[in-house]
Amino acid sequence: MTDKTTTAERTSILKDGIRAAWPICLGYIPIGLAFGVLAQKAGLSPLAIGLMSVLVFAGSAQFIAVAMLGTGAGIAAIVATAFTVNLRHLLMSSAISVYLKGLHKRWLSLFAYGITDESFALNLVRFREGNWDWKRALTVNHVTNAFWVASTVIGGLGGALIPAHAFGIDYALMGMFLCLLVYQLRGRLYVLTGLIASAAAVIISLVIPGNSYIVTASVIAATAGLYIRRRWPRIARGKGPR
Amino acid sequence: MIEPEYILLCLGMGIVTYIPRWAPLFALSQRTLPRWLEEWLDLIPAAILSALILPSLVTVGEPRQLSLWNNDLLVAVPVFLFALRTRSLGGTVVLGMALYWLAGKFLG
Repeated sequence: MTDKTTTAERTSILKDGIRAAWPICLGYIPIGLAFGVLAQKAGLSPLAIGLMSVLVFAGSAQFIAVAMLGTGAGIAAIVATAFTVNLRHLLMSSAISVYLKGLHKRWLSLFAYGITDESFALNLVRFREGNWDWKRALTVNHVTNAFWVASTVIGGLGGALIPAHAFGIDYALMGMFLCLLVYQLRGRLYVLTGLIASAAAVIISLVIPGNSYIVTASVIAATAGLYIRRRWPRIARGKGPR
Repeated sequence: MIEPEYILLCLGMGIVTYIPRWAPLFALSQRTLPRWLEEWLDLIPAAILSALILPSLVTVGEPRQLSLWNNDLLVAVPVFLFALRTRSLGGTVVLGMALYWLAGKFLG
């Protein structure tokens, strides 16, 4: 785990990282632009928008913060909301930690900055498939981060001039998530866990406003899945789709 | 010009967003986990992805309401089947965008 990487290695790491990251980058463009436009309407300068994107790097929390700024909410209220909105990263960080065993704390701290719903899902799949390492994963984190920051600033500069909803770009992240979910369905137990999570998430999301349903449903489903694995190991061992 | 309060706001948001990203990584990657926890964490990705996807396909509006007929959901069905069949990430993303664009054009 040292920094002694040759130029050729560095190029290949960068290439692999960028090649893996493109669906996320594509998906961040419309969301980042939309955020920039909203933030600009709320009175934020492009510099202020960039500052928030760099320091926070969390789409949903940033949207909510701008909306709250518009209603005159205080700093404490906005920060508290950002905290609850992003608690789901606790689960993602835990799950990805399995693949970063023994990595130097300095790199871990840098890696943590780039954990998003998107980079988490993508990197986790790559790690499991093999041929993936923390440097490539870190590249994904930072390339996507750069796209996020740039899109939000461009949105603030004049995003209203860019046609919204062009070429179905709004669906890029959903398409990616659907395929990454398919990769996760590696056996009957994972399918069952996904079904439980889906049902729980839909029900909770209809009853409780906000996004707490993500964490709650995931914890319920993983716990139920673990119970199934212990209680009915024969069922849990079944094959998944294909 | 950026006001000091705004910088404070961004710093505050940045810190509370960073902590949940950092703490588990820092705590868990340095030790061997008990078997049950590893098995539990192994199920988390399938659970999180499902929990992220489904509500945004079958609910609309604020407060959310159930909606079983909308473009997001209609497009998701063939896209999901395509992903199951091909396991191609790039292909799935492009197909999803194309179908979503077409759905917006023809279904409104």
